[in-house]
Amino acid sequence: MDVRRSRQGRLGGDASEMNDQAIQTKDLTKVYSQETRAVDRLNLSVRRGEVYGFLGANGAGKTTTLRMLLGLVRATSGMATVMGRSPGEPDSLRRVGAMVEEPAFYPYLSGRNNLRVLVRVAGLPESRIEPSLEVVDLLERADSRYTTYSQGMRQRLGIAAALLKDPDLLILDEPTNGLDPGGVAEIRSLIRRLGSEDRTVLLSSHMLGEVQQICDRVGVVAHGRMIAEGSVEELRGREAILVRAQPLAAARAKAERLFGAARVEVSDGTLRLQTAGRDAPRITRELVLAGVAVSEIRPLERTLEDVFLELTEEGANDGR
Amino acid sequence: MGGSYRAELMKLIKRPAMWILAGVLFTLSQVFGYLIPYVAYRGGGGSGFAAGETTAQLLADILPARLVPNTLGGFPMFAGAIALIVGALVTASEYGWHTLKTILTQRARRLSVMIGKLGVIATALLVLVVAVFAANAFWSWVVAVVEGRPAVWPSALDLAQGIGAGWLVLTTWGFVGAVLGVAFRSTSLAVGLGLVWALAIETVIRGFAGVLGSLDALQRGLPGTNAGSLVASLGAPTLDQPGGTPGVTAVVTGTHAVVVLTTYLAGLALVAFLALQRQDVR
Repeated sequence: MDVRRSRQGRLGGDASEMNDQAIQTKDLTKVYSQETRAVDRLNLSVRRGEVYGFLGANGAGKTTTLRMLLGLVRATSGMATVMGRSPGEPDSLRRVGAMVEEPAFYPYLSGRNNLRVLVRVAGLPESRIEPSLEVVDLLERADSRYTTYSQGMRQRLGIAAALLKDPDLLILDEPTNGLDPGGVAEIRSLIRRLGSEDRTVLLSSHMLGEVQQICDRVGVVAHGRMIAEGSVEELRGREAILVRAQPLAAARAKAERLFGAARVEVSDGTLRLQTAGRDAPRITRELVLAGVAVSEIRPLERTLEDVFLELTEEGANDGR
Repeated sequence: MGGSYRAELMKLIKRPAMWILAGVLFTLSQVFGYLIPYVAYRGGGGSGFAAGETTAQLLADILPARLVPNTLGGFPMFAGAIALIVGALVTASEYGWHTLKTILTQRARRLSVMIGKLGVIATALLVLVVAVFAANAFWSWVVAVVEGRPAVWPSALDLAQGIGAGWLVLTTWGFVGAVLGVAFRSTSLAVGLGLVWALAIETVIRGFAGVLGSLDALQRGLPGTNAGSLVASLGAPTLDQPGGTPGVTAVVTGTHAVVVLTTYLAGLALVAFLALQRQDVR
């Protein structure tokens, strides 16, 4: 599909649908060479106002996708809209703040002067610099040379640069890379704060803990393809309870009578029941009354990491 | 567009490497244009200093009347090499530091970014040319006063032509550096290959042009040949003349040189823009 034609069609067509989508891609593809298909027919939709986690292993195609969304890299085929516009258009970028991969600044300039360069390029007033530095708590060292900054300060300056335009859409690529645990917590709370201000945030990361804590919805990409997309809860699946009991057959029969066979599974000598954790006392009582000895009963929680590993492993197998 | 220019100007002014390059150009111009010739003149002229040059000619060359040719003599090759480095630094460093993505994700169009860069290269080189002319004018006046000679200055038109020619020569080399920087996305490669071309390959081509007709036609279109011919047309002595400087040649007329160098400026600007426009920025 021709990118330009698709974009024109898109912009002329479903404007109503675009209104609640900050980002939308359809079959977005980037081929660097015959062997390197970095992004492969990727369909991504980020709704306005949400914090969206873009997950994938290193080399999965996350950064290339973000570069396409920002107009830094041309798509080979497919279409994309960012804030209702073609990627990289000044009208689109006007409302987008971004930090892609590690922050990149002029080493011989101070943090403040680096931002001064950017406000000039963006046609913004210099008065935007102070609030941006303040948000990331960098005012004190703003006049030091960039080369003297720690990794955490560089990351924070990168976020300050992304905030200069007070953007409606914030795209952050691995913002906690190279940070110590304190720095990670700091950036996490900053992103949470930014996301709660009616702003759309696209957070690309492989730090699954932070994504689980911050994001409303997530998309998982592997080998350049979107392999799952939904809310964190949807991806983690329905709640379940693990029961270790003897005799197992009697326990299973009782559980099936209570919840239906479809929601009962035997695995590694235990029962896995698809039901909410609050049902645990009732299950214990029923099993005991049925003459079953219960030695363990606990809610089974799948973390986003479990889901991610499962999905990316499947993706890898599909890719082979 | 004005914002990109102002941003580039700020980056250039605050960049230590640019001041070092300006200092080197400034110093070389004073040392080789005035200090060494004056010391040679006072010492009676060395046997191998400049073939056929008399001490009287040595002095005449550094008096105010010869300000324009004496200043321009070093431009086609030596100052041109420095201008090439300036151009390469302005564009190629963005790739080394990965700052191009930071700039482009603000609201800048690639065309504006490139116009800002080329505009700043042209501005910086104009300032440098004027500064070198001013410093050389000062030293030529000092020589005239010390030697008790009248300070006969070139006309305003001659001076303006000299500054214009110097700017055209340096900006052409600056744009060559800028294009190489965008094409190779590497400062070292752009500077290295640019200098090899400017200092070696063009000289070799000019050397063989006399014996090979096709090379003679080729050299008439080269930036170095045209830069050398332009300054020669304003009185700078060619290498085979007394007091001549490497790079100064009289292969084409001054008008031809101005046309070719101006075409180079426009062509290089277009190539720089198209190259940036088509690039994937990683």
